[in-house]
Amino acid sequence: MQRSWRQRFHLPAVIGTIPMILVAVGVFVIGIGFSVLWSFTSSKLFPTYDFVGLAQYRRLWADSRWLVSVNNIWFFGLMSISCNMVFGYLLAVFMDQRIRQEDLFRSIFLYPFAMSLIVTGLVWQWVLDPNLGLQAAMRNLGWSSFSFAPLVDANTAIYALVVAGIWQGSGVTMAILLAGLRGVDEEIWKAARVDGIPTWRTHLSIVAPMMKGAFATAFVLQCVGVVRVYDLVIAMTGGGPGIATSMPAVYVIQLITVRQNVGQGMAAATMMLLPVLVVLGFSGLVLWRRNRRQGARV
Amino acid sequence: MTAGQITAIQPVQDAPDQAGVAPFGPKPRHVSPGRIGIYVFLVVAALFFLIPVYIMIVTSLKGMPEIRLGHLFSLPAEPTFQPWADAWLHACTGRDCNGLSPGFYNSLKITVPSVIISIICASINGYALTFWPYKGANLLFGLLVFGAFVPYQVVIYPLIIGLSSVGLFATLPGIIIVHTIFGMPILTLLFRNFYAALPVELFKAARVDGAGFWRIFFSIMLPMSVPITVVAVILQVTGIWNDFLFGIVFAGRSNWPMTVQLNNIVNTTTGVREYNVNMAATILTAAVPLIIYFVSGRWFVRGIAAGAVKG
Repeated sequence: MQRSWRQRFHLPAVIGTIPMILVAVGVFVIGIGFSVLWSFTSSKLFPTYDFVGLAQYRRLWADSRWLVSVNNIWFFGLMSISCNMVFGYLLAVFMDQRIRQEDLFRSIFLYPFAMSLIVTGLVWQWVLDPNLGLQAAMRNLGWSSFSFAPLVDANTAIYALVVAGIWQGSGVTMAILLAGLRGVDEEIWKAARVDGIPTWRTHLSIVAPMMKGAFATAFVLQCVGVVRVYDLVIAMTGGGPGIATSMPAVYVIQLITVRQNVGQGMAAATMMLLPVLVVLGFSGLVLWRRNRRQGARV
Repeated sequence: MTAGQITAIQPVQDAPDQAGVAPFGPKPRHVSPGRIGIYVFLVVAALFFLIPVYIMIVTSLKGMPEIRLGHLFSLPAEPTFQPWADAWLHACTGRDCNGLSPGFYNSLKITVPSVIISIICASINGYALTFWPYKGANLLFGLLVFGAFVPYQVVIYPLIIGLSSVGLFATLPGIIIVHTIFGMPILTLLFRNFYAALPVELFKAARVDGAGFWRIFFSIMLPMSVPITVVAVILQVTGIWNDFLFGIVFAGRSNWPMTVQLNNIVNTTTGVREYNVNMAATILTAAVPLIIYFVSGRWFVRGIAAGAVKG
């Protein structure tokens, strides 16, 4: 009896993983639980426990700043992920043509990813600064009507963020997809060539579907990055002009620190968690069903 | 210059004797419009990635009068390193004018212990999960992987409350704990996948010889974990050095890391904007991860990809 207990809970293993137990349960279960709990209270600067039901959520969805943030994250997410995927895939395909200096090109495409998003944001803030960057340079060269200042216009500032996001992230997509391309069997290319299929067609219809894993990896990496985009916005626009480039990640931090409205901030944080839960739950279900079917077949 | 290389060269040296018979030298490259197109695309893309940094370097070497002329792309007429010295020693954030150097030392004080502690924790986790799975261990691991996808904003406030209740909020140990927490999901995944790929016989043989949990870990697993540890170190050093959000929230004013100081220097200056100093400061902040990136080469990519394998 005692033996089986010791087998199931080998004491050193439990002791060695105490940090993991604390983090998994303490932070990712209890911590998130408290966040959700406080979203139903009227907490201001410090957490309180007088429950107000869904009032915080109602106020949240009536706040124009939050609505702008939600719109922005969808727009930014769709734009930057699709651009990153397309651009990264193109780069990978071109890199795969037995070119010279491949390592040099790879280093150039990938180095922005090694830098902080704060650095990326500041760099592009200057490049797009009307008095210092591209616009000023072009006017100096004699093109006096040249106008290119996306950051000072509330309608275009988000495009500038997308460009910076592509600059920072497409190299990683390229690297992952290139590894996927290299994993495709050479014979497939030969067979397609023998059959007289044009190269672009082989890419789209045969090779791309074979790289599902690489695409999924790149996609997941980008999604996680988009949900967490905070540093880039802070460094590049500060959420402005006005509230034009506010994002949920920025909104939550502002409510907690500057506006001292924890209840509503936690409601916003819970709304950020919701899509993640849905996607994770869905993919977990798919995995579980696939495992069960495979188990049944064996 | 090994013997193998020399023998490989040999046939080429003999080739002129039979030049009329066998082709020699590299196959002449076919310069078709298609290949030119490939290079044009790649070079244009490379320019897109390089121009911002070119502007930064050039501008950081100019004096302010020259910058005001507006020749963004021109090389500095009178290169000066004064902006770099100013950025390091005198740049102002609010009323303090000590430059970036305090931020650099803060980042060092945060990064080194965070990297060491988080990797120790994660390697033990991965080892225990692979070879000593106790009841419920896989559930814990599932929660941890879930944590890798959770937006930071959901857990930040509970962490603030938790850390301040034990007096660690806005302290150096506090920020180290935070980095250890948020590094744990990816690193544990990394180490678990690495140990799971090792042959189980290794572990079983050690068990038969009577070695226990810690003995097997320190004598067998740890010495074998060098490659994965290198990947983990690269991942963590760049990740923690580049962090901004945790630094500004959890480190406290006196421990603000370099990224936070940089943002303060650049985005809160009043009066004349010294672009050259700001850009020098930005390059200085990016220097550490960039050096790691260029030294580590392909390991860096492996780290990124490994972190997302099981996504």
